[in-house]
Amino acid sequence: MSTHKSKTATTISEPGKGHSVMKSPLSLLWLVVILVVMAVPIAAPSMKLLFTFAMAKGLGVLGVTVLLRAGQVSFGHALYFGIAAYAGAFLMAAMPGMDILIVLLAGGIGATVAGLFVGLFVVRYRGIFFGMLNLAFSMIFWSILEKFYHYTGGADGIRLERPNVFGSAMNHTDFGLVLYYMLVALMIGLGWYTMRWFNSPVGQLFQTIKTNETRLEYLGISPKRALLSGYLLSAALCGVGGVMMGMAQGVVTPEYVWWVRSAEMVFIAVLGGSGSVQGAFLGALIYEAVRTYASVYAGDVWQMILGGFLLVIILFAPGGLIGILQSLFKRSHDKTGGGK
Amino acid sequence: MSDALLETRNLVIKFGGVTAADNVSLKIHAGRNLAIIGPNGAGKTTFLNICTGWLKPSQGQVFFEGRDITPLPPRKIVDKGVARAFQIPQLFTEHTALENLLIAVSARDKLRKTVMDMHSIPERAEMLHLLEMVGCADAADTLVVELSEGQRKLIDIAVALALKPKLLLMDEPTSGVASSEKHKIMEILIGALKEAQVTSVFVEHDMGIVENYADEVAVWNSGDVQLRGTPAEILEHPDVIRDVIGEVA
Amino acid sequence: MNLAIFLLALFDGVAYAALVFIVALGLTLIFGVMRILNVAHGSLYAIGAYTTVTLTGWVLALGFAPILAFPLMLVSAVLVGVLIGGPLEYFLLRRIYDKSEVLQLLVTFAVFMILEDVQRLVWGTRPYFDSSALQALGNISVFGVTYTVYQLILLPLIAVTLLLGMRFFLRHTLTGKLITATTEDREAAQSIGVDADKVFLFTFIIGAVLAGLGGALASPTTSILPGMGADMIVLSFAVVATAGLGQIEGAALTALMIGLGRSFAVYLYPEFSVLVPYLIMVVVLLVRPEGLFGTPSARKI
Repeated sequence: MSTHKSKTATTISEPGKGHSVMKSPLSLLWLVVILVVMAVPIAAPSMKLLFTFAMAKGLGVLGVTVLLRAGQVSFGHALYFGIAAYAGAFLMAAMPGMDILIVLLAGGIGATVAGLFVGLFVVRYRGIFFGMLNLAFSMIFWSILEKFYHYTGGADGIRLERPNVFGSAMNHTDFGLVLYYMLVALMIGLGWYTMRWFNSPVGQLFQTIKTNETRLEYLGISPKRALLSGYLLSAALCGVGGVMMGMAQGVVTPEYVWWVRSAEMVFIAVLGGSGSVQGAFLGALIYEAVRTYASVYAGDVWQMILGGFLLVIILFAPGGLIGILQSLFKRSHDKTGGGK
Repeated sequence: MSDALLETRNLVIKFGGVTAADNVSLKIHAGRNLAIIGPNGAGKTTFLNICTGWLKPSQGQVFFEGRDITPLPPRKIVDKGVARAFQIPQLFTEHTALENLLIAVSARDKLRKTVMDMHSIPERAEMLHLLEMVGCADAADTLVVELSEGQRKLIDIAVALALKPKLLLMDEPTSGVASSEKHKIMEILIGALKEAQVTSVFVEHDMGIVENYADEVAVWNSGDVQLRGTPAEILEHPDVIRDVIGEVA
Repeated sequence: MNLAIFLLALFDGVAYAALVFIVALGLTLIFGVMRILNVAHGSLYAIGAYTTVTLTGWVLALGFAPILAFPLMLVSAVLVGVLIGGPLEYFLLRRIYDKSEVLQLLVTFAVFMILEDVQRLVWGTRPYFDSSALQALGNISVFGVTYTVYQLILLPLIAVTLLLGMRFFLRHTLTGKLITATTEDREAAQSIGVDADKVFLFTFIIGAVLAGLGGALASPTTSILPGMGADMIVLSFAVVATAGLGQIEGAALTALMIGLGRSFAVYLYPEFSVLVPYLIMVVVLLVRPEGLFGTPSARKI
C-alpha cells in the first residue's frame, strides 16, 4: 500500500504550484471578485448576511486549509471557532460596551492559547490520530459547554452583546456594515498573510511534514515544532472566524463546536481546493449559498448531500473548485496560443 | 579529551537476538575522509544511525568534539555540525531540487521569517552554486519526484552540505549513479568537502571509489571494526579480499 | 460511597465496557488488517440498534415471545454487516487502499455523514426504546443490589466469548491465518495465492457485523436516537487508541478501564462522566504515544 503513497499524496496538494503561466488572469479574477464582494451591501443588501457568514466561515476553513498543506486533517477545528466566540461572549458579558477590536483580539488570542495547549499534545501525532484526537478535544469542549450550563447557558448558549465601535454604540444595520467590511479586510489581510506564510521559510518547513519528516529532523528542525507553528496559525484563523461569526449572529451556542461544524469546515476546504487560500473563501461562499437555498428543500438530507459531494470530489476532482478553475484557465490559455 | 572529531566508545546495540554493534570504539579524525566497507548486513548503516542519534545504543557513548552527544535527538546533533546523506535519498518530493536546498538553508539559519518569500532569501545564490557543484544545476526547477535516482542521491548530499556541517556521514553516496559518472562525482564531492573543510565518512561498496578517494578505510564485519588502515594496506589484506571484495565481485 | 453504590457503579461499568468492547473490536480488527480507520463504524453501530428495535417491534406485534428478540439481534447485526458493510468495502474502500491515510479518513468520514442522514430518513428523529430483551431475562441480586441479568451476565459473557473466539479464529483457523498473513505482508500473501481482495472484504464484513452487534445488544439498554453513532465512534476510537491500534486483547482491557472510569464518575462527579474516557485516553497517550499495548513503529532509513 505504502509504495503508492508518494504518488497519490499529490492529489491533496497545493494546486497553484508551477502554474505561473495562468497566474495573471486568475489574479485579475480575484480582484474582480473582491470588488464585487465589497459592492454587495450596496448593490444587493439582501445578500449581505449570506456573504457575512460565508466570510466568517471562510476564515475558519482557511485554518483547516493550512493543516491540509502539511497533509493533516483535523475533524475538530470547530473547537477554535467556538472557543473564540465564547471568549467574545464572556468578555462582552463581563465588560459591556467593550470595543469591537478588543473582542476580535480576545477571540483570536483565546483560540490561539487553546491551540497551544491542544497543539502541544496533538502535534505528536499524524494522520488518523491527529484527525481523531482533534475530534475528541472538540467533543470534550462541547460536552463541557452543555453540562456546565450555569456558566455557559447550556444548549441555549449565551448572547454575545453588540460591542461598541471606536467608543460609540451602533444600531443593528450600521453594526452589520462594520462587521461586513471588517470581514472583507480580514479576508484580504489574513488571506494575504497566509499565502505569504505558505511561501516563507517557516511555512515551507511546516509543509515538509507532508513529505519527509526524517529529512526535516536531519535539517536540525523539530517536526513537532514545525507542525505546531502551522497549528497555531490554523487555530488563530479559526478563532478570528468564530468570533466574527459570534458577533454577526449575536448568540453563541455549543452548536459552534459540534463535530458537524468541524466536518463542514473540512468539507469546504476540500471542495474549494485543498490547500488553496482563495478556494477556502470561494468554497465557503458557494457552500453558504447552496445551504441557504437548498436546505429549505433538502434539510433532512443535507449531510447526505455533503457526504456524497465529498466522495465525488475526492475520487474524481481532487483539486477541488480551484483545481477545476485552473484547468479551465489553462485550457483557454492554451487554445489562444498562449504559453511561454 | 581526544583529538578525534567524532568518537564512539564501546557501542552496543541489539535487535532481537542480533548484535548489530558489538563494543564499537572508533575515532574519526578531522580532515581525513574515512571509508567504511564490509558485507551487507554488517551493521554499517546502524552505526551511522547511532552516531546521528536516530538509534540509541544499549551501551556506550558517542562524543562529538569531546562532548557526549549520545542522549541527543538527531536535530540537536545536526545543530552541532553533523550532517547526513542517506542510502535512500530523504528529500521533500513535492518540492523542486532548488527548493529542497532553500528549505535546508532556511533550517540551518533558523529563519523565523513568516512573510518573506523563501525564494528571495539571500542564500539563494549560494544554493544555486551548490546545485551546480553537484552537477544538478539543470534540475533546479524540477520536482524531486521527477528526478532520476542518481540525481536524487546527489541532491540529498547537497542538502546535507547546505547545512555547512563539520562532519558529513554518507551512506553509499554513489549507489544509483551511473558507473561512468561515479568517479566524476566523487572527484567533485571530495573537492567540495576539502574546500569547505568538511570531514566525511562514507559507507561504500565500490572498491575503486574507496581506493581513490578515502584517506583511511575501516573494515566492518559482524558488528565491529575488524581492520583499519590506508586504502593500500586494507585492499590488499587477505581477509578483506576473502570476506568483502569477494562478495562484492 | 457505600457498598451498594460501589457495586452499582461496578456493574454499570462492566456492562458498558462489554458493549464498547464489541464495537471497538470491529474497529480495531478492520484497522489491524486494512490500515483504515472506518469512521462510519459508529453509524453501523447505530443502524444495528435501529434495525433491532424495528424488527423486535414487528415480531412482538405479531404476538411472538420476547425471547425472540435475541436471535433478531444477531439477524440485525448480520444484515448491517452484509448489506451495508459489504457494498461499502466492495464499491468504495477498494478504490482507495493506495491513497494516503488522510484521504481514506475523509472517505469514511463522508460515508459517516451520509449514513447519519440515512438513519434520520428511515427512522426519523424521535427516540426509540424497547427493553423487552432486557426484561425477558429478569433480574439478579448480588449483595442486596438488584441488577439485570442481561447487563450483568449476558453482555460480559458475549464480550469475553467474542474476545476468545477472535483470538482462536485468527490464530488457529485457516481463514484467520490467511487474514494474519495478509496483514503482515500483502504482496507475499498474494504471491502464495491468497486472494487479498476476498480477505479484505471478509474482514470488513466481520468488523461491520461487530459494530451492528454492538448496536443490537445496546438497544434494550438505552434510548436510540440520532447522534448515538457519533458518540460511539469517538468513544470506540478512544478505546482502540488507548490500547494501541490493532491490539485486540488490549482493547478489552482499555474498554474495561474506560467503562469503569465512566461509571464511577457518574456516581461521584456526574458532570465529568462524559469526559472521563477522553481524559484516560489523553493521559495514556501522553505517557505512551503508541497506546498501552502498541509498539512504536521504528521508521526505517
